[in-house]
Amino acid sequence: MDKQEIIEKLRSIVKPYSNNQNAFDNLTESTDFISDLQINSANLVDVILDIEEEFDIVIDNQSMERMLDVQSAIEIIELKLSEK
Amino acid sequence: MTKQEIIAKLPYSKPFLFVDELLLINENRVEGIYTFDENSDFYKGHFKDNPITPGVILTEVMAQIGLVCLGIFLVNNKFNKNTSIALTSTEIDFLKPVFPNEKVTVISEKVYFRFGKLKCKVLMKNEKGDEVCNGTIAGMIV
Repeated sequence: MDKQEIIEKLRSIVKPYSNNQNAFDNLTESTDFISDLQINSANLVDVILDIEEEFDIVIDNQSMERMLDVQSAIEIIELKLSEK
Repeated sequence: MTKQEIIAKLPYSKPFLFVDELLLINENRVEGIYTFDENSDFYKGHFKDNPITPGVILTEVMAQIGLVCLGIFLVNNKFNKNTSIALTSTEIDFLKPVFPNEKVTVISEKVYFRFGKLKCKVLMKNEKGDEVCNGTIAGMIV
């Protein structure tokens, strides 16, 4: 799965939880889930669980704490996919 | 942890403690009961001369039994006086009215408990066994 494919999947995952339409429309690797998309910490858990389901991976606590923007999410997803 | 120990650990007191007894608890499920005291303050105003339990109070009963009791059980000994919890979302359908002195049973099933967030499917029944409300409630350790 290439990076662009992962970004597209992430885009549809974060859509229902995003509170900033402009930031969502302009989503890039540097987009921050909390400060840009204004996803609250409770919904961030749902984003992570949706990522687990979509990519069929398990996110541990340590990875979860790092997963605060699109770029780190991509890194973690690629790492977990490579470990499968 | 015993059912009594869980109730003792609840961070609520009168007039905002809405758990009388737990009937069952395990890592996926909790059932508990509460009887609405007819002298509760909210009945004086909801509604004028026509006391009916407010939906927000039904939601609170479902959250205290269905989410907080189960959460304390799951977190176990790590739950103490300094643990801070917060309700994060509710989505409830209300089906029937609940009147003063009615005893209700809350049944809650865990959807997930991950990264400090607990989400449950919760329903409330009256003494006749009719469902009075149901939905999804989530909360977090903050």
